[in-house]
Amino acid sequence: MTSIGTIFKREINSYFLSPIAYVVIAVFTVFSGYFFSVMLGITQESTLRYSLAYTQFILSILTPVITMRLLAEESKTGTVEPLMTAPVTDFEVVFGKFLSAWALYNIMIAPTIFYTIFLAWVGSPDYGAIIASYIGLVLMGGLFVSIGLLVSAITKNQIIAAVIGIVALLILLVIGLASTGSEGWFYSTLRYIGTYEHWETFTKGIIDSRDIIYYVSFTALILFVVIRIVESRRWR
Amino acid sequence: MIKVEHLAKRYADVYAVNDISFEVEQGEILGLLGPNGAGKTTTMRILTCYMPATSGSATVAGYDVFHNSISVRRQIGYLPENVPLYPEMRVKEYLLFRARLKKVPYRDRKMKIGESIEKCRIKEVENQIIGTLSKGYRQRVGLADTLVHDPKILILDEPTIGLDPNQIRQVRQLVKELGEKHTILLSTHILPEVEMICGRVIIINKGKIVAMDTPSNLATQMKAGSNILLEVKGDGKKIQDALLGIQGVKKVIWQDGGEINNFTVEAEKGMDTREDIFLNVVKNNGIIREMRQAPVTLEEIFHQITTHEQEVTI
Repeated sequence: MTSIGTIFKREINSYFLSPIAYVVIAVFTVFSGYFFSVMLGITQESTLRYSLAYTQFILSILTPVITMRLLAEESKTGTVEPLMTAPVTDFEVVFGKFLSAWALYNIMIAPTIFYTIFLAWVGSPDYGAIIASYIGLVLMGGLFVSIGLLVSAITKNQIIAAVIGIVALLILLVIGLASTGSEGWFYSTLRYIGTYEHWETFTKGIIDSRDIIYYVSFTALILFVVIRIVESRRWR
Repeated sequence: MIKVEHLAKRYADVYAVNDISFEVEQGEILGLLGPNGAGKTTTMRILTCYMPATSGSATVAGYDVFHNSISVRRQIGYLPENVPLYPEMRVKEYLLFRARLKKVPYRDRKMKIGESIEKCRIKEVENQIIGTLSKGYRQRVGLADTLVHDPKILILDEPTIGLDPNQIRQVRQLVKELGEKHTILLSTHILPEVEMICGRVIIINKGKIVAMDTPSNLATQMKAGSNILLEVKGDGKKIQDALLGIQGVKKVIWQDGGEINNFTVEAEKGMDTREDIFLNVVKNNGIIREMRQAPVTLEEIFHQITTHEQEVTI
């Protein structure tokens, strides 16, 4: 278990030793700030709900950039060999890397707290909805990071990992978004698989166990697949 | 310490390693010698639990590499070919990371890291970023990493590849020193290297073991049939005839240089003709300015061993 911490620490340090962490944090802050100010200007409501609806797009694009190097770089530079011949299990490696990217994701969205402070200063926001939104954001981040990690596990090329990751997340977002308002089992299945509806519930201030189960079980499933892919090196 | 039995690894239709068996005793330095693509790296990757064998079994320090992978990995220090390191980390940081990963207890960590830095003589670069280090230093950082948890067994994949002659000498010296405390399995495609360091050599070609012996035995066996180069002052024609008259000499190539003549003497396999050559040249009033054996290259050994094997099988 201690190896998870060791891997986590190295990955986090490595993020902040390279420009990646600073770039994603800066880009995210610029865009989320822009959406916040525009939506606030249009709606004149002291809520994060509308601006957060847009941030899902930015997160779909930025999260794969965070995760692209995690496993792809190791197999490209060959560092996977000393790593995997150290006494660590595949689970510890995958989970440590997952936690580090998830931590960076949370660091990246942390500056949005200032918007809440601003709202509290100028108006009286619904804190329940805001707290629920953040729980949703963090859970959604876990799913996004695990999908990014999955893509990083199947390629040696970081750029390919990022592009496929972005496409996968956008598909996951769009299938839910495009089928809102449509009836029938097909659309409701798509809505359930897609991330949009689950996250929207959180932004409304509703913490539904179904949504929590959706995110946690989906993330766990994907991490399980990632571990199997890493393991597959041993029997391929 | 290491026991390999009928090990085989197949990639698609090609056998990278095909039915090899050998043992490494405690405290021994064993060299795996072979050309590129012979299956050295594959063998080492199986022993270090990086990938499993297709068939056969291997035990390291009493643990099976497939069933007790983690226990095996605790006992070994592995230096992969080309020494992959994280370029953004500092040397000491990297060693600390590796020590933690290899479960070196907290209270010993500082001491163990200090020791391996000392042994590998990288004290002067311990705070440098790995990406800025020269190849020689990177190699030694890799070695320091293999030592940091004080493993019983070191597995080194081509530890001197890509280094300049001075660095090669340093790394060889270092490996020799380490051999006093650790059991070492190292691979190389340079013959003099195993002669210098190893107590025993396995020659492997196309995934099969073609020879297993001490380096001196192998070398004498090989050298006996090798060419002898001569530089002689005297009458070239007379000396050539004299050389051809020696028992066991197959062929003499004479390069006429007037007063100074060069000869290449090819003897029959297993014959040491050097003393007869000396006596016969002197008898014919020649003065030997130089006499040496043509260096036996790995290629020749392979050639010899493989052709020899064919003779047997036919």
